[in-house]
Amino acid sequence: MAILVDEDTKVVVAGITGSEGTFHSLRNRTYGTDVVAGVTPGKGGQDVEGIPVFDTVEDAVGAAAANTSLIFVPARFAAEAIYEAADAGIGVVVCITEGIPVRDMAQVGAYLRGTETVLVGPNCPGVISPGRANVGIIPGEICAPGRVGLVSRSGTLTYQIVHELTQRGIGQSTCVGMGGDPVHGIGFIGSLERFEADEETDLVVMIGEIGGDDEERAAAFIAERVTKPVVSYIAGFTAPAGKRMGHAGAIITGSSGTATAKAEALEAAGVGVGRTPTEVAELVRAALP
Amino acid sequence: MDLYEHQGKDLFDPAGIPLPERAVATTPDEAAEAAERLGGHVAVKVQVQMGGRGKGGGVALVHSPEEAASEAARMFEQGFGGAVVTRVLVERLVDIAAQFYAAISLDRSEGTYLAMVSNDGGIEIEKVARTKPEAIRRVHVHPVRGLRAYHARRLTGHLPVEAREGASDLVTRAYAVLAETDATLVEINPFVLLTDGTVMALDSKVTVDDNALFRQPGAAALADSFPIDPIERRARDAGLQYVKLDGEVGIIGNGAGLVMSTLDVVKQAGADAANFLDVGGGASAEVMATSLEVILSDPSVRSVLVNIFGGITRCDLVARGILEALERVTPQVPIVVRLDGTNAEEGRRILAEANHPRIVPAATMLEAAERAAELALEGVA
Repeated sequence: MAILVDEDTKVVVAGITGSEGTFHSLRNRTYGTDVVAGVTPGKGGQDVEGIPVFDTVEDAVGAAAANTSLIFVPARFAAEAIYEAADAGIGVVVCITEGIPVRDMAQVGAYLRGTETVLVGPNCPGVISPGRANVGIIPGEICAPGRVGLVSRSGTLTYQIVHELTQRGIGQSTCVGMGGDPVHGIGFIGSLERFEADEETDLVVMIGEIGGDDEERAAAFIAERVTKPVVSYIAGFTAPAGKRMGHAGAIITGSSGTATAKAEALEAAGVGVGRTPTEVAELVRAALP
Repeated sequence: MDLYEHQGKDLFDPAGIPLPERAVATTPDEAAEAAERLGGHVAVKVQVQMGGRGKGGGVALVHSPEEAASEAARMFEQGFGGAVVTRVLVERLVDIAAQFYAAISLDRSEGTYLAMVSNDGGIEIEKVARTKPEAIRRVHVHPVRGLRAYHARRLTGHLPVEAREGASDLVTRAYAVLAETDATLVEINPFVLLTDGTVMALDSKVTVDDNALFRQPGAAALADSFPIDPIERRARDAGLQYVKLDGEVGIIGNGAGLVMSTLDVVKQAGADAANFLDVGGGASAEVMATSLEVILSDPSVRSVLVNIFGGITRCDLVARGILEALERVTPQVPIVVRLDGTNAEEGRRILAEANHPRIVPAATMLEAAERAAELALEGVA
C-alpha cells in the first residue's frame, strides 16, 4: 500500500525542460516511476527522452492520465504551478522548489483546504515508496523496501538516517520529505495519520528540527491517535536563538521552537528520541516487532 | 530581514499611519540639529535589529539639542547589545494619554496571519500574555481576504472608546503594510492615544520575508544598511548559508538538517562548532574550495569537519574541491572528511591518493565528529 505514491502513481513534471527538471525526471523514470508527462508553457508537442511535453497540466491529465505533479519551476512561478495542478484535479502535488515567498504559500494553503489535493513541500526532497515510485530527488539507491514509514523536515539528514536503517537491513514503506519552510503542505500529523492507517507500515520515524511547533503538535496527536511505535530525531540542540539555520523555517524565535522543548514533548508522548542519527536507527531496530 | 525602526516607519508613513515628526542622525551634530528643528524635546533612539531598547538604555528622552548630541554620542560609542550603532532616530516627544500594542505576524501553525491588539502597551507582549492574558485580543486573518473592518473592530473593542476608531484604522493600515511589503511581522509597541485624541505609532518592528526580496526592491535595497560579520559577508557573497558560532570545530556539510545534526553530534563529542555552513545541493569543486577558504579564515577554528552525504552532491567532486582548496590555502589545522552516498568510494580514493598531511579520513558521521572534536581540543591544549 505505502502512502502518497505507489505503483499507480503517474507523474507530470512541471518545469521538465529545465536542467534540474530533466535530470530528476529521468532519474525517477530510471528508478521505475511512471513519469508520463512534462509541462513547460510554449513547449507543448516536444518531448524529453520520450516523455511528452504539454503546455498545461490539464493537457497532461487529459492525454497521459497524470495523477501526481512534481514541481521544479523557479520560486516566483511555483505557487502558480501548484494552483494549476490542483485545478487540473491532480491528487498529490510534490513541490521541490526552494525560496517561495511565505505569503504565496499561505494563500496556496488557504486555497488547497477547499480541494482534494495534497501538497508535499515546498523546499523538500519529495516522496519515495521504495521499489514502487520515486517522486522527487531522494537518491533511490540508499532506500530499501520495507515496513518503516518516515517523515522529515530535512533532505540530507533524511538520507543519513535512511542510510543507517538500510545498512541494518531495515527497509521503508514510504519516506516523506515535508520540507523546511515555515508554511508547508502535508506535515507530521498528516503523514502519521496515513502511516497509522497503512497496513504495510509497522513503525514511523519522524525527523524534526528547530523552529515552529509542528513537533509539539505531532506529539499531542501521537498521544491521542497513533498506536504504532514512533521514533524521532530532532536537529538543532546547539543552534543559537534568533539565527536562521539554512532552512527558512529553522529558527528559534525568542524561547519557542527549541530542540529541547520538542524532544521533551515527544518523549512525554511515549516517542523514543535518538540523540544521533545512529541512535535513531538503533531505537528503530529495538522497537520493531 | 529585520528592519530598523526608522525603516519600518518609512513604510508606515506612505500607508497613512500617524507618526511623530522624526529625523535620522548618523552623528551627534546631526542629532543636535534634528532636535533643534523638532523643538528641543525629543526622544533619541538607537537603531538596531533587536528589541529591549527601552530597558537597555537605547532610548533617551531629552530636552535640548545639546543633550540630544551627548546621548547620541554615547550610543554611537557604546553600541547596543553587542551591535554596532551607526544611526539614531530623533523624534518629537508627544503627550501620551494611554499606551497599547498591535502586531500582525505569520502564524506558522495555522499557515496564515495572526493579528493581536493589547490594551496594555510599551512592555513585552510575552509578559502581558503571561500575567494579563485578557488584555490581548487575537484574530486570524485570511491571507487572501485580508484584515476586514469587523476584524479591526473586534481587535480594538477593549480599548478606551476614544481610541477605538483610530486604533482600528492603524491596525488596518498595518496589515496593508504587511501585505504590500511581504512582511512576516509588523509590530507596533507601543501605539498610543495622545491627549488631543490622535492615535499614533511610536515604534515599529518589521520583518520582511527573505524569500520575497526579489519582488520587494525597496526592502532588498536596505540589506546593505545592516552590520555583518566579515566572514559571514564573504560566505553570503559566495552564495553559502553560513552562521558564525562560538566553538572551535569548523563545520562544512550539505543540507541544513544534516549540518545542524553535525553541530549537535560534535557537541556530544565534547567540542563546540565554530559555525554552521551548508554548501547546499549539488556542491561543485568550486563551492567546496570557497567553503574551506571561508572556514579557514576564522581564527578560532582548531579543526575542520567536512560531513557530506551525497545525494545530488557527488562525493568525487567534493574530494576534488577539497584538494583544489588546499592548493589555494595552507591550512594550519587538520581537516576530517567523511564522505558517504553518491560516488563516495571514488571520493575517498581521490583523497587517499592525494595523501595530504592535513586530511584525516573518517568512515562514519559519528567517528568523524569524535575525531574532529578530539583534534580541536588537542589544538587548544
